[in-house]
Amino acid sequence: MTPLLEVRNLRKYFKTRYGTLHAVDDVSFTLEKGKTLGVVGESGCGKTTLGRTVLHLTEPTDGQIFFEGRDITYPRKKELRKLREEMQIIFQDPYSSLNPRMTVSEAIMEPLILRGGMSRDEMLEETRSLMDTVGLAARFENSYPHELDGGRRQRIGIARALALKPKFIVCDEPVSALDVSIQAQIINLMLDLQEEFGLTYMFVTHDLSVVKYISDEIMVMYLGQVVEKAPSDELFANTLHPYSKALLSAIPIPNIHKKRKRILLRGELTSPINPKPGCRFMARCDYAMEKCNEPQVLEESSPGHFVACCRYKEIMNS
Amino acid sequence: MDEKLLEIRNLAVEYHTDEAVVYAVNNVNLTVKKGETIGLVGETGAGKTTIARSILRILPPPTARIVSGEIFFNGTDLLKLSEKEMQKIRGNKIAMIFQDPMTALNPIETVGFQIAEAIQRHNKITRFEAVKRASEMLEMVGIPMERYSEYPHQFSGGMKQRVVIAMALSCNPELLLADEPTTALDVTIQAQVLDMMESLKRQLGTSVVLITHDLGVVADTCDSVAVVYAGEIVERGTVEHIFDFAAHPYTLGLFGSLPQLDSKEPRLKPIKGMMPDPTNLPPGCRFYERCPEATAECAEGPPPDVEVAPGHTVKCIKARGGAA
Repeated sequence: MTPLLEVRNLRKYFKTRYGTLHAVDDVSFTLEKGKTLGVVGESGCGKTTLGRTVLHLTEPTDGQIFFEGRDITYPRKKELRKLREEMQIIFQDPYSSLNPRMTVSEAIMEPLILRGGMSRDEMLEETRSLMDTVGLAARFENSYPHELDGGRRQRIGIARALALKPKFIVCDEPVSALDVSIQAQIINLMLDLQEEFGLTYMFVTHDLSVVKYISDEIMVMYLGQVVEKAPSDELFANTLHPYSKALLSAIPIPNIHKKRKRILLRGELTSPINPKPGCRFMARCDYAMEKCNEPQVLEESSPGHFVACCRYKEIMNS
Repeated sequence: MDEKLLEIRNLAVEYHTDEAVVYAVNNVNLTVKKGETIGLVGETGAGKTTIARSILRILPPPTARIVSGEIFFNGTDLLKLSEKEMQKIRGNKIAMIFQDPMTALNPIETVGFQIAEAIQRHNKITRFEAVKRASEMLEMVGIPMERYSEYPHQFSGGMKQRVVIAMALSCNPELLLADEPTTALDVTIQAQVLDMMESLKRQLGTSVVLITHDLGVVADTCDSVAVVYAGEIVERGTVEHIFDFAAHPYTLGLFGSLPQLDSKEPRLKPIKGMMPDPTNLPPGCRFYERCPEATAECAEGPPPDVEVAPGHTVKCIKARGGAA
């Protein structure tokens, strides 16, 4: 079966005054239909840029993107428009991603209008059914975003993303701005929708407990590169890369009986501008040595589990 | 350790706007012991920050009003002090760390200057001594002294939060109010900052009120917990009691909403609905509409504070005589 999405050696560089910023650097992955790929990492690791580049919200610098087996790296304008119906995005901030001057139903109807081909009545009906699908009561139809709380606003964002019946949705930190009790409602909704419509998600987040819960496979990014990729449970059970280990140990667990040793990292994210060819995590890594100065390649440690660290075996055995 | 440093009694705060009165904090009682870290947990709009701001009396005028209550700090009622006396306490005996380190610092002064300024404000020392002390504070939070003369924009988020913490601790406060100090930070940086706060607390013996919505952070750092919902403390107790014997349906709901790292249930168990409108609170239990355990009795009057175990109180009629 051809995967729904395949990304090969994707790069996205930005030219800045100080040099070339390697936001996404040689990232490859495949994503099967109906599955969820979690992308985790800290601010500035390139996870959002990766999502946006896959959707052509920014143009890739190099690499290839295949959607249902078609090469969509450089789509024509008409092709891109068609593609937009199939690939959608849910944004992080439900406060700034909605037009404050559009009512709830206008906002949800907008994609339908842009696609065209439906009468006003059909669109209204569709909008109502979308509101119902995402759990927005019909009485909010004529409300403006500022009248609603974060959870409801995010439901509008989800309804907009669903409007054109996409196959693939990039979810860019869709629950980070929400309170936990509301966050759980939205996560459940997204899981229900995935089941109902067979959606495929790329779930970008820095919240590791959320990503573990929702993902089939997880990719850990550091400064534009994938440092580790594995099935969700495998990643948490057998963490291999020193950065993933530190990241996982840093999540505070709401359980007082499981006191873990936090691995404290020295320093902070270094600059992704003109990076050196070696391991980008080297400066903060306790295991760094001479050979880490060479470029790191993703190596398959066990079936489906990839790690980009030349010392992972030694670290595993130590 | 059992000595009371801060005691809040029957605190009520309202915000008056043109259209309505927001009942932000209602009848809150809270005690902070010397050397203790207490977590104030709750969702956006629950009133956590308002409680902290009331302690320092920095609620935004003219809308905010402390309607009733007493806040005893080392035995004196802060609400009865003159503004001049209050200034001697603010930043000196009680300091606050704000949520967003990006906006808590003055962009046009160097970080060192800003710390020295706070020190000189509260201590009769020379400029030179203040500068020396400020550099020591920077070193203590892990920022090299050489960066004394840099401006906030030259620091990353985590470093800025360290500067803010250095400033808050520069006068050895007895009480530190930390309002979501790590929410804006990445997890690995959060781990660094929490670790640092922990060791500073141990060195200086400061009591901390930690405002957070992250139960993981609470489990890691707090001695006791107060759960805030719609302006009320619905449950409070030691961290062990709250995590092992949570009794209020809201507290249980919060725990149920969290994805657990070690279990994979098909769906999370969110709390249905939303917090009541603080301008129009229900007469009975504030959690009534969302509560899975609610009965008609709950809607009638405000629920009592029930002590289910020594030091563990629950605002719920169901908890009456309950085991814990």
